[in-house]
Amino acid sequence: MIETSTLTKSAISEYISKGKRFDKRQLSEFRNLSIDLALSKKAEGGAKVKLGKTEVWVGVKMEIAEPYPDSPDKGNLMVTAELLPLSSSKYEYGPPKFNAIEIGRLVDRGIRESKFIDFEKLCIKEGEKVWAVIIDIYSINDDGNLLDAAFIGALAALKSAKMPFYDEKKEKIDYEAESKKKIPLTKNIPINFSIHKIKNSFFLDPSIEEELASEGRIILAFIPDSPVKICSMQKGETMVVSTDEFNKAIKLAEDKYDSFFSEVMKKIDSEILKLK
Amino acid sequence: MNKQEINRETEESVQEGYDDSKEERKVVVPGETIVSGADYLPGEGAVREGEDIVAQKFGLIEHSGKLVKVIPLSGVFIPRRGNVVIGQVTDMTFNGWMTDINSPYQAFLPIMETPRFVNKNNLSEFLNIGELFSSKIKSVKAKGVDLTLEGRGFGRLEGGMIVFVNPNKVPRIIGREGSMIKLINDESNCKITVGQNGLVWIKGDNIEDELLAKKAILFTAEKSFIHGLTDKVKEFIEKEKGDKE
Amino acid sequence: MAYTKRIDGRKFNETREIKAKIGVVPNADGSAMFSFGDTVAIAAVYGPRQLHPQHLQNPEKGLLRCNYSMLSFSVNERIRPGPNKRSTEISKITEWSLAPAILIDEFPNTVVDVHIAIPQADASTRCAGINAASLALAHAGVPMKELVTSVSIGKIDKQLVADVSKAEEDYEEGEGATDIAMSFLSRSEKLAHIQLDGKISPKELNEAIKLGLETCKKIRKIQEDVLKSIKDEKGEK
Repeated sequence: MIETSTLTKSAISEYISKGKRFDKRQLSEFRNLSIDLALSKKAEGGAKVKLGKTEVWVGVKMEIAEPYPDSPDKGNLMVTAELLPLSSSKYEYGPPKFNAIEIGRLVDRGIRESKFIDFEKLCIKEGEKVWAVIIDIYSINDDGNLLDAAFIGALAALKSAKMPFYDEKKEKIDYEAESKKKIPLTKNIPINFSIHKIKNSFFLDPSIEEELASEGRIILAFIPDSPVKICSMQKGETMVVSTDEFNKAIKLAEDKYDSFFSEVMKKIDSEILKLK
Repeated sequence: MNKQEINRETEESVQEGYDDSKEERKVVVPGETIVSGADYLPGEGAVREGEDIVAQKFGLIEHSGKLVKVIPLSGVFIPRRGNVVIGQVTDMTFNGWMTDINSPYQAFLPIMETPRFVNKNNLSEFLNIGELFSSKIKSVKAKGVDLTLEGRGFGRLEGGMIVFVNPNKVPRIIGREGSMIKLINDESNCKITVGQNGLVWIKGDNIEDELLAKKAILFTAEKSFIHGLTDKVKEFIEKEKGDKE
Repeated sequence: MAYTKRIDGRKFNETREIKAKIGVVPNADGSAMFSFGDTVAIAAVYGPRQLHPQHLQNPEKGLLRCNYSMLSFSVNERIRPGPNKRSTEISKITEWSLAPAILIDEFPNTVVDVHIAIPQADASTRCAGINAASLALAHAGVPMKELVTSVSIGKIDKQLVADVSKAEEDYEEGEGATDIAMSFLSRSEKLAHIQLDGKISPKELNEAIKLGLETCKKIRKIQEDVLKSIKDEKGEK
């Protein structure tokens, strides 16, 4: 399969280095974002997120588990990501490849380090029984930037989730019983930015063509504060950057933070209202 | 490649061009009876079952006299002899290039189908792995497709960009007697080579012109059901030009 | 007490609300969504395309490969990602149901991949999956003799019903629940797939198949309408 062509790749590079993009977006501009919470009635929470033609489905399930030995009074978090062969001709079945593992890891890190989930409130019996929050991410159509879409999906799924009813006598979850309890969340809502680099330009929300032309990326999650704080970060690929360039990349995301954060929250909240 | 050469290539595809002037066509699904009657003949995408001519593809019905065929609306590129295609080199052998032409079959470009002498020991000098080229399908065999560069204008593509469209939309992009592609060509000031495999090469003086042509091509593919598409495309290009500055 | 009224109030020969749409996965050569009430399936088709590794290639004809999987959150108890015995069997059943309808002999050494995902399950997921896959194959322009349509017929206590829901599948009174998933070819009206779990007499089974065929004819009409709506640029029904 011819994915992108070397010709298109060099045209993109040339254009982006002048600060311009094929679809006329600004370097820090995202594609159209849409969020739909009607993913699965069997999930505790879920979201279908679209960024342009990219689509990701994220579901939250909860189970009873044993706590980890180093956090006996805290709930567990598990994040998995699957790049479905359904979503692109380049994905195949088999054990998860690095791309999938990385998406799971990065969403996990952003949520964990932000302390967005109040894990202490997910303890049922110290050292014995806690709630496990499991976030499963599936790619449905890969047109670039699955990670940021998945991260938004995880936020939407967590914010809209209802905890299932735990029957203490029977010591098991009754998933059919009505429950209005929400997952205990804090105000530290993390938001992820994948900052890509081509030549001397940094840009956000790459399309698939831009992703294939990208030299490397800096991925970070912010949490609200004044000033805003960074709670996780990772540089991807073998690209190297000068400290000046690095600061420029962070600045691009920092400047975008306010407007993007409020757009994402507004969309999630209005979808949650629709659920009622 | 100069203009004249491009016209030559579009001519190749004239028979395949879509005629906008015909009546609106009906959509059929596989297994559906298109017409009944002993005197009808099943064409491509159709088969006779007793009295009935039955569709074997999802597509639009086309009658020409007694012949009834189904023009597919979707699907991968099925190579035919004489098709102009744009391919990408994937590997080199002792006597030619293995290439990807976005079809179910591998395509081979033999060294003897090149227009000039190529050193067997240095194939990459003529065409290297990853490079794109335009060519023509010489033959389609069970094992694969053979390509040729015979005919002016074929060979390595340098500069410009590639747009991908569904191969079934190519007739629309070419238009009746090549009218649509000529329109986009003239309005955008770009040289355009349409591969029947759905790859379109656009080369202009600058990226802005190329992006205009790209948009117009994607617009044509997307709106392929609309009547009087040529006028719509013209309007679209005018609007895009206006937006520019 | 005999099963004289369906749990969700449907008529005995009535399916749940059916929704269908084509083009749900833009990257694929063809794709579709199909749902029976709360059971939702999406399918994407890629191909015919070159088959790798080469030793799997068949020089005589093209290969159809189906993969059915339930997403982890499609049921109450989370399913671990990755294949299991159930999904492996249903993938094969799906392949057997669709293969008789498609004409890929003319594409030797190639494969047509059909990927099916179930985001939300309320019984009859394989039937929804087959219906979505049939739409996706047609949408992908794969040559086909006819469409494939699938439905589950239940015998709940002594009563035959069309399109079994999870609540009916779990019915335990009287003779309990018998679930018969079946698929028909749209033109020849031949049976392409049948599976049965439960207990039923041959005579009742005969009746069940009749009801299955009648129901599939109604479903097929919806499949056809969805495909034909492509011109309205919506592809939705």
